[in-house]
Amino acid sequence: MRVGILCSRVRIEEKLLFAAFERLNITPWRLDERAIAARVGWYAPDVDIVLERSVSTSAGLVAAQLLEAAGIHVINNYATASVCADKVRSTLALDVANVPQPVTEIALSSEAALEAVERIGYPAVLKPAVGSWGRLLARVNDRDAAEALIEHKTVLGGVGHLVFYVQEYIEKPARDIRAFVIGDETICAIYRTSSHWITNTARGGQASNCPVTPELAAICRRAALAVSGGMGGVLAVDLLEDPARGLLVCEVNHTMEFRNSIDTTGVNIPEHIARYALAAVEVAA
Amino acid sequence: MEQAVCVECGAEIDIPADVMQGEILVCADCGAELEVIELEPLTLDLAPLEMEDWGE
Repeated sequence: MRVGILCSRVRIEEKLLFAAFERLNITPWRLDERAIAARVGWYAPDVDIVLERSVSTSAGLVAAQLLEAAGIHVINNYATASVCADKVRSTLALDVANVPQPVTEIALSSEAALEAVERIGYPAVLKPAVGSWGRLLARVNDRDAAEALIEHKTVLGGVGHLVFYVQEYIEKPARDIRAFVIGDETICAIYRTSSHWITNTARGGQASNCPVTPELAAICRRAALAVSGGMGGVLAVDLLEDPARGLLVCEVNHTMEFRNSIDTTGVNIPEHIARYALAAVEVAA
Repeated sequence: MEQAVCVECGAEIDIPADVMQGEILVCADCGAELEVIELEPLTLDLAPLEMEDWGE
């Protein structure tokens, strides 16, 4: 069994994953995406499976395609990762599967974006279609702010910022939920609590254990299957607690960080990932 | 504990025993993020700056 871990930046998560495989008597090969120069049709790394852990979304997606073209099993596969990486695609996938999520509008011009914000109502949230760690999320409290923000994105942003992803603001209880799904099973979850409306732990949110209730497990399973074409994967589902509607899925992540969630939940997340990857190779064989 | 020198400020940095190639170390003196480029010999360089598409 030859296992590769695709990464450039070895974070705490990658170290834990290497260690988890070692405990299962597998020494993974570190595949640095910066070293890839793949001649099309000839690229054939000597591995059975690759765990895609690139900190760069775009590099990870390209590498996943190259590896899959070489017949290598990639977790998460390109199809799943490409849906998760793009909020437009993941929102549409969740909608097709009737997974509850905040009301969302997608606009392709500044004028249409302002109309979308007005329809959603204030406060509204504008997000980049591709992005993470809470970067460039904006809560818009009134029309003046909406006009200013949309103009700034139009004038100063790259082409990616000309896709306006507008979402209703959920009056959540100063926290959101991040649930970890391996395959289609929700193995654990954390609350991310913050006095700021952006609750990412990368932005200072504090992690605490969130019990995996049947309701939480069910909605996470549906979300994971929705973004993965029914395959499941190694995924982190972010959810908001709406006072009236209950749990709403905010996004699904395909190369999640989990350093703050192992001690918090008491669940050995990297070992679950390693065992899932090894089982996936056996099934494929 | 093995030590290395921060390429940004010259301070000495403690290297963990299980250090890996590609690992990011933070200089306690200047806060610079340093990438472990090589293990033998231990070589550090400034880590790449965060890009817009990083993270999950």
